[in-house]
Amino acid sequence: MINSFPKLLGATVVTLKLLSASLIFGLFVGLFFAILRLNKNIFINKFAYGYSYVFRGTPLLVQIFIIYFGLGQIEYFRTTFLWVIFKEPYWCAVIAFTLNTGAYTSEILRSAFQTIKLGIIEAGRSLGISNKIIFYKIQIPIAIRQSLPAYGNEIILMMKGTSLASTVTLMDLTGVAKHIISTTFKPIEVFIVAGGIYLFMTFIIHNIIKFLEKKYSFNS
Amino acid sequence: MELLAFGKTGWGDELFYATLMTIAVSITAMLVGFFFALIFTPLKLSKYKTLNLVGNFYTTVIRGVPELLVIYLFFFGGSGAIMYVASIFGYYEYIEINAFITGSMAIGIISGAYSTEVFRGAIQSIDKGQFEAAKVLGINKFGQFYKIILPQMLRLAIPNLSNVWQITLKDTSLISVTGLVEIMRQSYIAAGSTRDPLFFYSFAAVLYLLLTYVSMKLINKLEARYSMGY
Repeated sequence: MINSFPKLLGATVVTLKLLSASLIFGLFVGLFFAILRLNKNIFINKFAYGYSYVFRGTPLLVQIFIIYFGLGQIEYFRTTFLWVIFKEPYWCAVIAFTLNTGAYTSEILRSAFQTIKLGIIEAGRSLGISNKIIFYKIQIPIAIRQSLPAYGNEIILMMKGTSLASTVTLMDLTGVAKHIISTTFKPIEVFIVAGGIYLFMTFIIHNIIKFLEKKYSFNS
Repeated sequence: MELLAFGKTGWGDELFYATLMTIAVSITAMLVGFFFALIFTPLKLSKYKTLNLVGNFYTTVIRGVPELLVIYLFFFGGSGAIMYVASIFGYYEYIEINAFITGSMAIGIISGAYSTEVFRGAIQSIDKGQFEAAKVLGINKFGQFYKIILPQMLRLAIPNLSNVWQITLKDTSLISVTGLVEIMRQSYIAAGSTRDPLFFYSFAAVLYLLLTYVSMKLINKLEARYSMGY
């Protein structure tokens, strides 16, 4: 149990890297699609809805497999410069996670945008503030604050989701845990250590979000 | 299209049975989850701190640890645990547990943690007067829970339970790592033997979308039925 700890801790770094990369990219993807969802053009709107529907309605495992095993099958694709990225399992995993978390984030942000009271926007307009500035300086900050609790859950879900990287040969925390279990046949001990590390990360994320919520709440 | 033909030439019938397997595992896991939720929800709502602690431990650990890790624990540890229990009763032969049982137990325990949270939320949002009225009428604790609270709670819980169902359905794809032939495993086999992963994994995605779409429609109907009169 003690011997496996350093190995698992090393693998935690991989998990954290995957998590932070996909969250950062995913936030941009999510914001982009949330804005598309609010567009009045029905085609743009439907396209954004279709994206989030497909990525939320299928398992993350399928998404990773399509990107990692599926895309490499297209001959033409392998000749493009994109192949440099898509042949690496690490980047395939990051892209799958990004698209997945982007879909959920877009839903969270969309509902946050939609719950902003019209009065706030009208107040901005009557003060003569341009629509663009209202969007960037008023709507986005309010939406971010409103979506914090839901986004915190999404971060934790994504952290658990990174465990699927182990299915495409990446040695993240779950991948290493599985390797140790299958060589030592001590499933319970390894589960306690690896699970403990995951729980610790959940705990940290939970508290950071709680702190941010307090910081950005109306009454502070 | 010929890849999807039924019979020996295509993968149509294999994928069809795999889809049935996914549905079977999801439903079993959901029921196992309800069973766990019925045990742990009262613990979480109990007056006693120790019982609260047990309930919270379950939901926190399961919801904070990746599903895949839980599945590995069951897959590698399951038969060992059963054999240990059997050895107490003097049975020392090797016991292998069926992948279906391991899988639905693992997913069921995960699903149960989410259901527990849903039930807890639903019970807490029921008016206190209902509990008091039941008490005044002299209905015992068991009757209070099963006859008064549970029916009201179900109506409130259905929208959130449909989320749990979606999560459970998608989580079953992870059982493919244990070798149980559901949609994901069958697509993996088909992709391997035809060297056409793009087609088969995309088809798997379509199957999952179909399952989520149909189940959403059914749940919406159920929801409309249970909120009759409100």
